[in-house]
Amino acid sequence: MESATPRLTVTQREQWEVDAKVSEIYQFFSSLPHHAQTIMLELRRDKHLEFLTKGLRQLGPSFSVLDANRAWLCYWILHSIALLGESVDSELENRVIDFINLCQDPSGGYAGGPGQMPHLATTYAAVNSLITLGGQRAFSSINRDKMRIFLLRMKQPSGAFRMHDAGEIDVRACYTAISVASILKILDYELVQNVGDYILSCQTYEGGIAGEPGAEAHGGYTFCGMATMILMNEAGRLDLPSLINWVAFRQGVECGFQGRANKLVDGCYSFWQGGVFALIQRLPSLMDQESRSSEVEENQTSGNIRTASSTLSEQECSSELTSSDDDETSHFGDGEHSDIGFCFIKRHAELEPLFHSIALQQYLLLCSQVQEGGFRDKPGKHRDYYHTCYCLSGLSVCQYSWSKRADSSPLPRAVLGPYSNLLEPIHPLFNIVLDKYYEAHDFF
Amino acid sequence: MDSDEDERIPFSQRPEWSDIKPVPQDDGPNPVVPIAYHEDFRETMDYFRAVYLADERTPRSLRLTSEAIAMNAGNYTVWHFRRLILETLNTDLHEEFDFIENIAKSNSKNYQIWHHRRWVAEKMGTEATNMELKFTRKILSLDAKNYHAWSHRQWVLQALGGWEDELDYCLQLLEEDIYNNSAWNQRYFVITRSPLLGGLPAMRESEVRYTIEVILLNPDNESPWRYLRGLYKGDAEALVGDPQVSCLCMKVLSVRGNTFALNLLLDLLCHGLQPNGELKSVVEGLTNSESDSIDPSLAIKVCSLLETLDPMRSNYWAWRKVTLPSHTKAI
Repeated sequence: MESATPRLTVTQREQWEVDAKVSEIYQFFSSLPHHAQTIMLELRRDKHLEFLTKGLRQLGPSFSVLDANRAWLCYWILHSIALLGESVDSELENRVIDFINLCQDPSGGYAGGPGQMPHLATTYAAVNSLITLGGQRAFSSINRDKMRIFLLRMKQPSGAFRMHDAGEIDVRACYTAISVASILKILDYELVQNVGDYILSCQTYEGGIAGEPGAEAHGGYTFCGMATMILMNEAGRLDLPSLINWVAFRQGVECGFQGRANKLVDGCYSFWQGGVFALIQRLPSLMDQESRSSEVEENQTSGNIRTASSTLSEQECSSELTSSDDDETSHFGDGEHSDIGFCFIKRHAELEPLFHSIALQQYLLLCSQVQEGGFRDKPGKHRDYYHTCYCLSGLSVCQYSWSKRADSSPLPRAVLGPYSNLLEPIHPLFNIVLDKYYEAHDFF
Repeated sequence: MDSDEDERIPFSQRPEWSDIKPVPQDDGPNPVVPIAYHEDFRETMDYFRAVYLADERTPRSLRLTSEAIAMNAGNYTVWHFRRLILETLNTDLHEEFDFIENIAKSNSKNYQIWHHRRWVAEKMGTEATNMELKFTRKILSLDAKNYHAWSHRQWVLQALGGWEDELDYCLQLLEEDIYNNSAWNQRYFVITRSPLLGGLPAMRESEVRYTIEVILLNPDNESPWRYLRGLYKGDAEALVGDPQVSCLCMKVLSVRGNTFALNLLLDLLCHGLQPNGELKSVVEGLTNSESDSIDPSLAIKVCSLLETLDPMRSNYWAWRKVTLPSHTKAI
């Protein structure tokens, strides 16, 4: 290497530039006295709320490019507000319900805006928004019968889902479909059939999951694929040791996560990658995984799939999920899998976090947080609602990552900065604030 | 659009649109996340809604979708309707490629553009192969890691063919930037799926040789390490049985501690590698000479080393240590 040309490649140059910006921030931080450091680590709650509420009430013309993502804007904003432990007033709440209802298609599912076609991603965003609001009016506005018809219409013979009529097929579509069906308790064998095979075909040689078979392992799709598999009780079919190894390596010197190997850090992966660790912590028989890792490799195609997550049903939810038969389809009698998400979150975390949760909080608070409110991808970028939502979600994951129970208050040492930084806990399979999830679970 | 902005004639003043009654967006009386649309945007979408609701699949509707897409390439409904029109009118799809290319210029990271491109290419069949390979090359020359472009390219290869030069293309991109993980992924895609190469078993030997060379030049690059491991995917026996792999770990580690080499070595040990004395002494050399624990196994030593050498992942390595398969603890 010494004798080779000193010219940096594009990857090296870009990485070097980000490194420099981030280390400058960390160096400045470490030069400060303790009380000043505490202030710098403070979550700017009021500023974030101001930024979020403003967007809910009015957006400028530059948001026209997100005109087909207004249901997403609702979710990003409402979920962020809920993470901060706040809620919108009843007037605004009713306005949200009415608006989202205008996005609901008469034939089922939700569009990105009024008058557009229903789309799986915006359906996920709309349903999660309504659950985040909570209450009878929000819940009962969802047409679940039509929703099931819409989801089945998006389902392909291969098992995977399309985003919309004649739309693209990928792992995102699978996750958003299965997540919505699970939380609305309409998940059944017909919807689940062969989805697992598709997700498996997207796990790459690197260990992570890609958007489509053959593509590159990617943080967003890894979360979507992993969460989908858990919701269907099939996580044990994945090569979990290599998946965990890949995700663990995505946390870099900047303390945040990158989405892919040799790519730049981005605050939104605090949730997409960090959230995978929250999922892993509640996979019961993972402790045996490592010793079985060679078996997994050899049995990948041999149909030996009753592994990690099936134990979950056996131990804690045996009444809901009978699994005495070796045939995996026997788990999937109608109405049975809707409680997988519930059983999952009721379990105690068996593992300590396998990532560096304090380092990640440092990146989020010092590099992603914008003092005027909102969060950004990385220093030098502008804030936006997407990054605000996923940076806050990742921050919540970090803060509760040492808690055995999903809803117990963390110890002060788990929370970087003042304890007032503490956010609400989430249900990591759906990325919905936990209390809101329970309310929906009781309702449907 | 930018340069045309001043010259744009509103639909309401275009004679060919005089018969159409624009349909405003139904946002309800008190919408949330309302967008303060520019008048041009609002009017274009009002006319779009009119033809969409009337299902008017005419040349003027097609032109209208072009304008709407130029203003917001993320509107999947407009793209979808455009495809319906193209089908109905049986339009010559060659022009469609230019249209997409123009839109992609300002935003090449958008699901809709690429989905549309795939649809058009599929309609054209093998006639589109070279054009699509060229188009993705062009996009990748601007951003060599564009996820959508790579997915499209993989689809083209699988659906239409054109594998002949793909391995050379990967090599070229890797020569430009050996850290380009997307190019490594594409290389894996080619060697495992190209109908011209005989698959992984036929390619493994030469690929292992190439990858090891690359790693020795720069052991701090994660991509070739993962690629090397991938060459033995589903065949742990071959991984453990290939002396080149453990030899590589040893070579790298004899210079200094390296997370990727130790990670691979740990993998080898978990899969049953019986370490020889040389390997043991290389690892020994990296640990503090006064090892406090009583003769721990090599796998435990590797985990401990990683805990200190790679503090960002110390929790992960600690977990690996307590979950080591029992057979590794005796070695």
